[in-house]
Formats: sequence, structure tokens, C-alpha cells
Amino acid sequence: MASRPLSPHITIWKWGPHMLTSILHRVTGDGMALLGLPILAWWLASLAGGPEAYATFTKHASSWYGIIILVGVSWAFFSHLSSGVRHLVLDMGAGYELHTNKTGAVLAIVSGLILTAAFWAAMILL
Amino acid sequence: MIDKGTPLGEVRGTGASHEGVGHWMHQRVTAAGNFFVMTYFIVSLVLLPGLDGSTVTDWLSGLIPSTMLILLVVSLFWHARMGLQVMIEDYVHDTGNRFAVTVLLNLLFCGGAVLSIVSILKIALGTAA
Repeated sequence: MASRPLSPHITIWKWGPHMLTSILHRVTGDGMALLGLPILAWWLASLAGGPEAYATFTKHASSWYGIIILVGVSWAFFSHLSSGVRHLVLDMGAGYELHTNKTGAVLAIVSGLILTAAFWAAMILL
Repeated sequence: MIDKGTPLGEVRGTGASHEGVGHWMHQRVTAAGNFFVMTYFIVSLVLLPGLDGSTVTDWLSGLIPSTMLILLVVSLFWHARMGLQVMIEDYVHDTGNRFAVTVLLNLLFCGGAVLSIVSILKIALGTAA
């Protein structure tokens, strides 16, 4: 790589909700790809592997660290879903006015948290 | 130099990204796919009476659940593979390393997707251990 001068980048800007939503979209997406999908594959493979294999999976999944990881992955999903819907809106060229953009960014984060809480409430209650 | 290509061949692959809108479009189409299959999966998880092995296996051996879960695996792994590819392209600057990591990514994600699909098929066809 040629060493070229760079324009001032992320270090000079004041943090806003849109920046947090943007980086969270990447972190939750790549996080699910690297952690969530191996868990999904393990869950399916252990089901196919028989009762003993599934017991090993559920032992880890229902342990304290398993629950932390599963709640984390579910939050990553609902957060990524919410910011993903925002991305589709932005792709249409809508929502770039400063106030609308900021509101959308905050809504994406809040919606991710609410959906995660609703999911686990439904899992426990239903 | 003698022009041996077509007019399309001259413009294809040029520009800063060296590719067209295919990746961008697939990312969004699989995102829509993910929405439908994940909605089905999450509602199913919530409505299942329990998550013990026999309950889940009984459910997953059905035609619709096994079809939906295979679609889910394809859509999720494809979408995730493209997402990680973008991260690699953003952060791995050396061309050789980027190529190597991308090949590794493709192999791992094909392997993971096939493992998941074969597992679903074994359950659906009643050949699980």
C-alpha cells in the first residue's frame, strides 16, 4: 500500500446515534456470522447426532455462559434486523434529513432492545 | 492493440470496486429472505411446547419446518458470508492475505451450511442417530 495522506476521519467527529447504529450493525452482523451461525450448525448437528449429542448441546446452552451468549446473539439479531430495516429505508434515498436520520438511528437501537426483551418474555411465558 | 472483446467486456469490472451491483443486491435480497425465514423460526421456537430433543426432532421432521429451516440455513449463511467478505475487504489491505482469508471464509461457510442442511435432512428423512 502506498502511503498517501488521509483526510481527517473518525477521530475528529463528535459521536452521534447514527455512528453508534452504523458500527453496531457491523458488529452485530459479523458477530452473528462468527458466533451465531456456528451455534445454529451445532444445534442442528447435535439434533441429528442423537440424544447424547443433544444433551451435550443443551448442557452448554442452558449453563450461565450459554444463556449469556444466547441472549447476546438474540439481541444481535433483533438489533441487526432493526438497523437493517433502517438501511433499506436509506437505500431508497429516504431519511437523510438530520432530525429524521437521528430519530431513525435511536429507534433502531431501542427497537432492538425491546424486541429482544419481548422474545425472551414470549419464550418464558408461552 | 486489436480489440478482441465485446463493448460490455470493456466496461465490466472497471471502477473502484472492480464489480457491479451484484453483491449489494444479493445482500439485500438475502436480508429480505432472512426476515421471512427467521420470523418463521422464532415464532416456531416460541410456540413449541418445549425444546427437548424429541419435541424439536418431531417438529423438524415435518415437511414445512424442514423446508423452511433449509431455506433459513441457505439465506443466513449466504448473507453472513457476504457480510464477512465486506469486513475482510475493509480491514485486510494486503491483496494476498485478503485472497487467502476470503478463500478460507468461503470454504468454512460452505462447510457450515452443508453440515446444517445434511443434519436437517437426516432428521427429516428419519435417519438421525
